[in-house]
Amino acid sequence: MKPGSTRTKRDPLRTVLGWLVGIGMSFPVFWMALAAFKTEQDAAAIPPKFLFAPTLENFVAMSERVNYFHHAWNSIVVSFASTLIAIALAAPAAYVMAFHASKFTRALMLWMLSIRFMPAVGALIPIYLILVALNLIDTRFALVVITCLSNLPLIVWMLYSYFKEVPAEILEAGRMDGARPLRQLWYLLIPLTLPGIASTGLLGMILAWNEAFWCINITATNAGTLALAIASFANSEGQFWAKLSAASLASIAPILVFGWFTQRQLVRGLTFGAVK
Amino acid sequence: MTALALKNIHKQYGPVVAMKGIDLQVQPEEFIVLVGPSGCGKSTLLRMIAGLEDITSGELYIDNVLMNDVEADARGLAMVFQSYALYPHMTVADNMGFALKMAGVPKEERRQKVLAAAKILQLEKLLDRTPRQLSGGQRQRVAIGRAIVRRPKIFLFDEPLSNLDASLRVQMRIELAELHRKLKATMIYVTHDQTEAMTMADRIVVLRDGVIEQVGSPLELYNRPANTFVAGFIGSPKMNLLSAEVVEQKEGTAQMRIGESSFLTLPAHAGLAQGRTLTVGVRPEKLQQDAAGSISGVVAVVEHLGGETLCYVDIAPGIRLTVKLEAMSTVQVGDRTRLALEPGAALLFDADGKAMH
Repeated sequence: MKPGSTRTKRDPLRTVLGWLVGIGMSFPVFWMALAAFKTEQDAAAIPPKFLFAPTLENFVAMSERVNYFHHAWNSIVVSFASTLIAIALAAPAAYVMAFHASKFTRALMLWMLSIRFMPAVGALIPIYLILVALNLIDTRFALVVITCLSNLPLIVWMLYSYFKEVPAEILEAGRMDGARPLRQLWYLLIPLTLPGIASTGLLGMILAWNEAFWCINITATNAGTLALAIASFANSEGQFWAKLSAASLASIAPILVFGWFTQRQLVRGLTFGAVK
Repeated sequence: MTALALKNIHKQYGPVVAMKGIDLQVQPEEFIVLVGPSGCGKSTLLRMIAGLEDITSGELYIDNVLMNDVEADARGLAMVFQSYALYPHMTVADNMGFALKMAGVPKEERRQKVLAAAKILQLEKLLDRTPRQLSGGQRQRVAIGRAIVRRPKIFLFDEPLSNLDASLRVQMRIELAELHRKLKATMIYVTHDQTEAMTMADRIVVLRDGVIEQVGSPLELYNRPANTFVAGFIGSPKMNLLSAEVVEQKEGTAQMRIGESSFLTLPAHAGLAQGRTLTVGVRPEKLQQDAAGSISGVVAVVEHLGGETLCYVDIAPGIRLTVKLEAMSTVQVGDRTRLALEPGAALLFDADGKAMH
């Protein structure tokens, strides 16, 4: 640990500021969690109620209306599969960009990133028509492919920056020792950047878990993820705050728990280059 | 039979020509040192031999087989990198055995070969450690061990000692020389340090700007440098290179003037025509203090090194001579002194810097 970080810990002003920001950021989630256990009247009450008789009726109502476990399973499948495929595709790409760069590499990377600047809705109609033609509407396969592709640029960039940290001489030593590119990747680069790859994977999964746009537009009851399940509670019949909150809480709970257990890894990976 | 032959090797990066026609033959079991200032192309040349850089034109033969387009690992060479380039996530044993693993050697055989190499370098006790648990000198040994395990046709070293502190460097230098004798291997060693070149090489190759300036044994280069560059590069402290004018020729001698008031008398030489300006090279140890000496100047700096004393004498504005004196010398800064040159010790170079032997 560097001396700078211990000093930061002791600084009371920073501690207070940190707590304020933390509370400010988590308050909406906290409020939503409270609302999930309120009746609809309590949830809509003005002024807002902090004391109320908790109820599980919203969760009962939710499970009557949507098949929670079906959608949760879809969320799990889509986030794991899309992230794993994206990393498998991104690793060789990032390897080539980091260690065998040509004069076009930079332009290629910027172009990849610029794809992310485009509003997704701009590609909705063509992609929708393609999926219809291929008979892939409301399939997990289509959602995996699209989520994977939309996260791919970010994942390539992250892996690229981790790979860049590895001295080229180590790979050259591997090359002298008889490791061709795929083996350099497998035996040297991946083990050396594992913390970075892990946090890239975690970030990819969180992004995929929270992805709503494509899910709502190209899936329905069969392949829909939890994002779709939540969306179905905000509809033309009105806003049911308590039920919406219950559905939202149920959707974010798995990723929240997942994030809680992996936060050490996540932080370590994201600061991997800086502290080396 | 040659272990390595380079024929008219060129290297070009876009418009920049880094190597300009390198020709070199290396005999089996020879210890060759490539030496030169930074940017001279010595590392590039080594990397081209290793197969890590493409050869723009020319031919590279290893054991008389053309290797230009053979992949690095198939050339039968092993390289020790400046940064050691150990695999940080593997143990010493796995580092050393990685090439064998890649070649599909069975585990037990691998273990024995690693152990044999570890014994040569006294690494047996460190085999289970990871590189970060090792000192700089130990890492260096592991890097060498990794090369030994492969039993390469040629060992390549890219400035392997430059990350070590001075005393360790001297020790590793001796160990490397012993290792060379023990393994009877062909070695090509790159360094910018002329002391390493002088102490270890069978033959030194002096490079500058992608051109070989001279190839020869350490003493050949020291005593008969081909040009002023080699003369100035080889030897420490550096050779004095002085511009001198031939002022008089008589009775088989030539009188030369350096600066305004210092003179050298040299044996007559075909090139020593009256009025001609040449470069005279004088090693610091070939000069002595002598009251009857023909070179006079003022002592500017004195360095007592214990075993010897280095003395810098200004003989004219902008002309400073390095003189190596004995340890007990009582010379002091500001002294006016006269110096004499050992007979036959001066080297002559023409206006282009070429030696006139």
